[in-house]
Amino acid sequence: MVTIPMEHGLIFAGALFALGLAGVLLRRNLLFMLLSIEIMLNAAGVAFVVAGAKWQEADGQVMFFFILAIAAAEVSVGLAILLQMYHRFKTLDTDAVSRMRG
Amino acid sequence: MTAVFYISSVVALVATAMTITRRNPVHALLYFIVSLLAVAVDFFVLGAPFVAAIEVIVYAGAIMVLFVFVIMTLNVSSEAAGEKPAIFARGAWIGPSALAFALLVELAYVIAKSAGAAAGGVSVPPAEVGRALYGPYLIAVELASLLLLAGLVGAYHLGRREVAGK
Repeated sequence: MVTIPMEHGLIFAGALFALGLAGVLLRRNLLFMLLSIEIMLNAAGVAFVVAGAKWQEADGQVMFFFILAIAAAEVSVGLAILLQMYHRFKTLDTDAVSRMRG
Repeated sequence: MTAVFYISSVVALVATAMTITRRNPVHALLYFIVSLLAVAVDFFVLGAPFVAAIEVIVYAGAIMVLFVFVIMTLNVSSEAAGEKPAIFARGAWIGPSALAFALLVELAYVIAKSAGAAAGGVSVPPAEVGRALYGPYLIAVELASLLLLAGLVGAYHLGRREVAGK
């Protein structure tokens, strides 16, 4: 888009990504870590769409579509693992599963 | 129209910051949905209406429903709170509602200002996205479907073993 400089959109995407990264690093709850990964994937999609809008090509939106598919696959497997972990350990704290068996 | 972009960006950043700092998962999900809606407004202003609709329908609709299902299955929020379930904490709705209200004001402004056209400049229509998706990116679409199938099988396998183990 002509009216909004691309740098501002990319800064926005970078800030979103940083927030997601901070969430992964700071939270010890598996649910919040999955949510933060979603935030980071979404931020990457924002960067793609901003770049696509800069050159007015459809490629950015196509890439966002693929990121969406990746996010859906990741979250389904991640939530299955989360359910499994809760049934085994009765907690969502990732520090509780930091040891390997054997 | 640029103000719409910056306001919704700020709304998205604030909502995301609230998402990663909440203790209650349901409150975090509420804030995250508001953040996704704000990002969808950004996409619309940037001239990507197809992706804006997909963001609302698939991200805020489908993927967040998965999270809500899991939270309801685990009933995590009731173990975190002491005597009273924290979902019903007084004033928990104020933050997300205020942010969503800002988006609503933006929506009213956009409708009043530009009568349904994408904001101010050139936008990439959904038809062009579709042509790109099923033209040069056809292999990638097939690979995405393969990835989704792998995700389906993986989720089924991980979910099934828990039932068999009981």
